[in-house]
Amino acid sequence: MNKVINISNKSNIKEFDALIVGGGGSGMRTSLELAKSGLNTAVISKVFPTRSHTVSAQGGITCAIQSADPNDDWRWHMYDTVKGSDYIGDQDAIEYMCSEGPKAVYELEHMGLPFSRFENGRIYQRPFGGQSKDFGKGGQAARTCAAADRTGHALLHTLYQNNVKEGTNFLNEWFAVDLVKNSKNEITGVIAFSIESGEVCYLKAQATVLATGGAGRIYASTTNALINTGDGLGMTLRAGFSAQDMEMWQFHPTGIYGAGSLVTEGCRGEGGYLINSDGERFMERYAPNAKDLAGRDVVARSMVMEILEGRGCGPEKDHVFLKLDHLGADVLNSKLPGICELSKTFAHVDPIKEPIPVVPTCHYMMGGTPTNIHGQAFSRNDGNDLMVSGLFSVGEAACVSVHGANRLGGNSLLDLVVFGRAAGKHINEELKSGGGVDNASSEDIELAMSRLNSLNESESGYEVADVKKQLQTCMQNYFGVFRRGEFMEKGVKELEEIREKSENLYLKDKSIAFNTNRVEALELQNLLEVAEATAISAMMRDESRGAHARDDFPERDDENWLCHSLYDPVEKKLGKRDVNFVPKEVEAFPPKMRSY
Amino acid sequence: MELSVSLYRYNPEQDKFPYMKNYKVKKPEKDIMVLDLLNMLKEDDATISYRRSCREGVCGSDGMNINGKNGLACITPLSEVLKGNKLELRPLPGLPVIRDLIVDMTQFYEQYEKIKPFLQSDTEPPEQERLQSPQDRDKLDGLYECILCACCSTSCPSFWWNPDKFVGPAALLQAYRFLADTRDTKKQERLEELGDPFSVYRCHGIMNCVSVCPKGLNPNKAIGEIKSMLLTGTKEDKIKVVGLE
Repeated sequence: MNKVINISNKSNIKEFDALIVGGGGSGMRTSLELAKSGLNTAVISKVFPTRSHTVSAQGGITCAIQSADPNDDWRWHMYDTVKGSDYIGDQDAIEYMCSEGPKAVYELEHMGLPFSRFENGRIYQRPFGGQSKDFGKGGQAARTCAAADRTGHALLHTLYQNNVKEGTNFLNEWFAVDLVKNSKNEITGVIAFSIESGEVCYLKAQATVLATGGAGRIYASTTNALINTGDGLGMTLRAGFSAQDMEMWQFHPTGIYGAGSLVTEGCRGEGGYLINSDGERFMERYAPNAKDLAGRDVVARSMVMEILEGRGCGPEKDHVFLKLDHLGADVLNSKLPGICELSKTFAHVDPIKEPIPVVPTCHYMMGGTPTNIHGQAFSRNDGNDLMVSGLFSVGEAACVSVHGANRLGGNSLLDLVVFGRAAGKHINEELKSGGGVDNASSEDIELAMSRLNSLNESESGYEVADVKKQLQTCMQNYFGVFRRGEFMEKGVKELEEIREKSENLYLKDKSIAFNTNRVEALELQNLLEVAEATAISAMMRDESRGAHARDDFPERDDENWLCHSLYDPVEKKLGKRDVNFVPKEVEAFPPKMRSY
Repeated sequence: MELSVSLYRYNPEQDKFPYMKNYKVKKPEKDIMVLDLLNMLKEDDATISYRRSCREGVCGSDGMNINGKNGLACITPLSEVLKGNKLELRPLPGLPVIRDLIVDMTQFYEQYEKIKPFLQSDTEPPEQERLQSPQDRDKLDGLYECILCACCSTSCPSFWWNPDKFVGPAALLQAYRFLADTRDTKKQERLEELGDPFSVYRCHGIMNCVSVCPKGLNPNKAIGEIKSMLLTGTKEDKIKVVGLE
């Protein structure tokens, strides 16, 4: 592998107007917008784009398209999302997502996405958790647009297909190592290498968009793909930029016990429910109105309470059951065919006959690189938001923030397409009106190459697989569904040791062609950055809100914590940032007691 | 009890030729997936290379040849494939090998792009969605679910012979997915591009594609539909019989 990139002969430099890092839903929605605008756009992805984790999304994309209910209203969707976020979602961003959503969903349909249909030919919508009519007063809504239970697959393939149509450049199976930052603190692209050939290049761009998805692999048990290692956040944190709300991790109520695979909330939307070892539908006790369709944080905590109080199922009493058999074979085969398949493969049960063993499992990162609704990334300077020129982020990697402390089911796919589209439009306007960044120097590029070079030169050190296990066990033990100060302090200490090890990894195999061990070492260093940001943020937020539940601080504390947390990776300290309560068209929704 | 795993190894920088390497591992108590076993082997020998991502059978990364049959490592339990405690893992057949179990899928993707795998419509999109009856939408079931893992095309002798000219079962399944979509208005053009002697007609109904598809799809049936559309057209679309006018 080349150790140096020479600016003067340009042999290892590829230049684009816009570079998108990540080929999942948000990245490919951004690139589609840019490719259509005629800008020279490239997507770099460490896997072939349709292998990205968006493919695993099942239940659907939530949006008030007024198909199931002609009187549905995006403002109701906005209310639900604000409430779901436990009031630290930014209301200007949520307003934008919910009101622009229908356009973005219709566009997907026009592109060919094979949505399921109602008899009248319109897009099928199913009920999902946390959905209501009339600002919580009109009962359960059905607002999640679905393609059976394979909506993510259908969406991702549709976006890839349309990028092929528009001629987007793809650098597939290329790995982005680090951001290149010039002396003005602008981002001018990334250092990346071809996993197949080992060629190391400086991918130079006027706009760099991080669409690298989540990092669920910081936990030992997760619904996330093996590739979800927070590569974008790793890069921004190493570059010294802030990360927002990193303590907020969603534990999905229904991961398959033992395997971690996701079982969509759509199962409960279609009428399934959870039972404990007594066969009791226990959610009736915890959320008398919404029951099994309460917010995901509420359902996950209720499940853990049942298990802790001895009403778990199985010989170890360490999971509960999701009952679906009463829905009948017809509904299960037509609405939830993928779930039937997954249950048979990973839980060895046929949901038509038996319940599925499930347990809360790490699922989604609500935090990320803070951005505005145009995807522009910012960092903190003396308490003020400071735009980072040239840097954008979208999708799960970003924190715009529409999910706050707890994301509603179906809002992730909507987030991807709405903000991918918005970032694409903004970058197009900005670059066409003469915006852009200055060049980087040889030293700037060398600095961005240093992590890769030192790994390639390692002669001794720690094994990747060992250190990864330690990291995942530490996060699982100390930063799970319920958290406590003394345990988290222990976890933060352990992470200091793990950092030491992850900075001294030994890459024994130095070969070039498709060296997956090299990729895994670089991914582990990204996981460590995300884990540390999570741990310190979680330890410092001494209240319970949304997905962040502390047994030593069980109450929500609006006086001190009705705000975003902003983690500073240089000082390893947590700052605060105001939540936006100023939507444009509607009155802000003030914080209320949150019950379902 | 011990498992004997024979693994196809090839590193272009070190090996003149590929070879099979034997690994002995303690047979796990639980019935694990082939991918879990590979991950165990990789913990001890980090040089072993293979693709993987979702680990639940939806991303299509880890197609490989498992004891002689193509399949996805992540959803193939050992109990289904072990032959007397022996397991042989090879890359998907017929494509160039980059390293170990990793093949160069360029030809496979080129065939996919060739069939124009995107909706084409002459009509202006309405303000809302295009309407489609549930019955018409049902016609896409069994087609759109393809995960592009290439298990089918790389098990097809016709694709081995003519990977540049025969479109192959995976891409033909997608060709039919758009032919069957009531929202697509380019049926005639799509058929014309498939009417040569190779693109579709090299399929001789061997049905390996059907036997290996990890998603239970039936490319052979879709190919049959395309052939019959090519020969007779469809009444409602008044498609001309390609090659016979």
